[in-house]
Amino acid sequence: MERRRSFPDVLAGGIFILIGGAFVVGSLGYELGTPLRMGPGAFPLLVGAIAAALGLAIVIKGLIAGEVISFGPIPWRAVAVIVLAVLFFGFTVRGLGFVPTAAVTALLTTLASTRVRPLTAVAVAAGLTLASTLIFVVGLQLRIPLWGPWLGF
Amino acid sequence: MELLDNLALGFSTALLVQNVLYCFVGVLLGTAVGVLPGIGPTATVAMLLPITFNFEPVTALIMLAGIYYGAQYGGSTTAILINLPGESSAAVTALDGHEMARQGRAGAALAAAAIGSFIAGTVATVALAVAAPPLARVALQFGAADYFSLVLLGLIVSIALARGSALKALAMIALGVLLGTVGQDIYTGTPRFVFDQRELYGGIDFVSVAVGMFGVAEILRNLENEQTRTAVVSKVKNLWPTREDRRRIVGPILRGTGLGAALGVLPGGGHVLASFTSYAVEKRISKRQQEFGRGAIEGVAGPESANNAAAQTSFIPLLTLGLPAHPVMALMVGAFIVHGITPGPNVITDEPALFWGLIASMWIGNVLLVLLNLPLIGVWVRMLRIPYQVLFPMIILFAAIGTYSLGFNAYDVYAIVFFGILGYVLIKCGCEPAPLLLGFVLGPLLEENLRRALIISRGDASVFLTRPISAVLLALAVAALVVAALPTIRKRREIMFAEEE
Repeated sequence: MERRRSFPDVLAGGIFILIGGAFVVGSLGYELGTPLRMGPGAFPLLVGAIAAALGLAIVIKGLIAGEVISFGPIPWRAVAVIVLAVLFFGFTVRGLGFVPTAAVTALLTTLASTRVRPLTAVAVAAGLTLASTLIFVVGLQLRIPLWGPWLGF
Repeated sequence: MELLDNLALGFSTALLVQNVLYCFVGVLLGTAVGVLPGIGPTATVAMLLPITFNFEPVTALIMLAGIYYGAQYGGSTTAILINLPGESSAAVTALDGHEMARQGRAGAALAAAAIGSFIAGTVATVALAVAAPPLARVALQFGAADYFSLVLLGLIVSIALARGSALKALAMIALGVLLGTVGQDIYTGTPRFVFDQRELYGGIDFVSVAVGMFGVAEILRNLENEQTRTAVVSKVKNLWPTREDRRRIVGPILRGTGLGAALGVLPGGGHVLASFTSYAVEKRISKRQQEFGRGAIEGVAGPESANNAAAQTSFIPLLTLGLPAHPVMALMVGAFIVHGITPGPNVITDEPALFWGLIASMWIGNVLLVLLNLPLIGVWVRMLRIPYQVLFPMIILFAAIGTYSLGFNAYDVYAIVFFGILGYVLIKCGCEPAPLLLGFVLGPLLEENLRRALIISRGDASVFLTRPISAVLLALAVAALVVAALPTIRKRREIMFAEEE
């Protein structure tokens, strides 16, 4: 087998080591207990160590004989816009109410595509807001106020 | 006949107006997400799960199940018409199905897929009804140690079937199990890894994990390079297969059904494995081997029957052992629990109407699917013209609303961003998201049974090896691990899955 480095392998392994390690460190703060009566920290400690060990194995394998995976481009604009849109939804839905929150979230999300035209974006956002209001609030009786307290209603 | 009495009970439940209605809604939605590339049944079930909380339990489960097996039907339509599998198990259907469509025989291909799926669905539903009760009786004998070993076996078999590196799949399972430990400890009530946030005491909601990993991450993947979809076959003619075609599809349908029913029970991706195996079998035993890949109707009928049969029998481990074999099944576990029912061997005796109603509804769902897919095929063809620019904002918005409505908790919404990004990066690195979700759902079960078994055995870890059921299951788990790691078998596995993309 030829020797090849694989960036995705190293990155994936690194993530597993990081998260596994974090859980190991965190679980040391809880009682470990005895095998007879395991404390809350024992199981996460064990699994965290396994995850970190597997991560280490993936990193080593990635440095010696990694999988050939093309990492490909990252759609930074889509990542940023979608993260923003969903965080906005979670943050404001209680205060602004369903309709304005859904409208802004939908409009923001449409901008994730690099090909969208402004008029299309507005049309899609309006349509989705109407549809989701009808489906979730009118149809399924979801208990979220249509207009929230921040708007003075 | 006990079976007939049970089925009568099942049909009397499943034929209630609201149950038929939601079965229809389920298979309709399932077909839609199966047809549309870019959104799968896992994300759909996850988004719609909160809505079903207000339903009767049996109605909710009937609808969610309908989405799952409906998607197996819908996936074949896209595979045949535009050579793009809407669902992973339909990938093999695209090989010959799309070739047939290019030769103007799309109608025959769609009909073969639908008829095969219907027969397979019917047979597999009967298999489920026959096999589930005795298995549930066996499962009742299981102690804590046996359950621990069983869950471990389920997790490890799921990686043997997954695509890609076994090492990464194992790490994904461990990560899922770890994330499942967030929240209050079941035995002592100690809050773990909650960073003093009261909202995290109940743990991370699996709906957020599923929506993030399967919904948001998938959208980011699709936005990497946007392209207009290839031209769609506009008119589908000659739906009814010729006498020659009918004669040719009988064998593949029956063999595919048998294979699918058997392989569907395996955790991890039995339906994908079933369709690939069926294709390989049909190609090997066919007298017209050179036709495969150039529009052989056997190459459509067999795999489609196999994946649909597998979709039905993958309910067996869920309903008898409480073990999900597929990410959608993992979400169904959540649906059971929300309605106060613990999935497992007790369902069949405690909730007979629900158990048999769900099984009977699958047959009704299959009838509805044939009606939806053959006469109404034109509607689905038109749906393929919906641009992705409309589709993905809808998924994001509905995902946010759906997760928020779980418990009106903004943390559930933030969690989909976290898991979306984490999932996206991990998928880009060649890690499959399905093992993580299975680990997340089964992790708490693993921990609970491990600790209970050790308490019962007074701290003696050898209990896992001295109890015969547990020892056999652990031996099988080790064997599955060896199989997954062996280079020769892995190479064959890679070849089988290589054609999928």
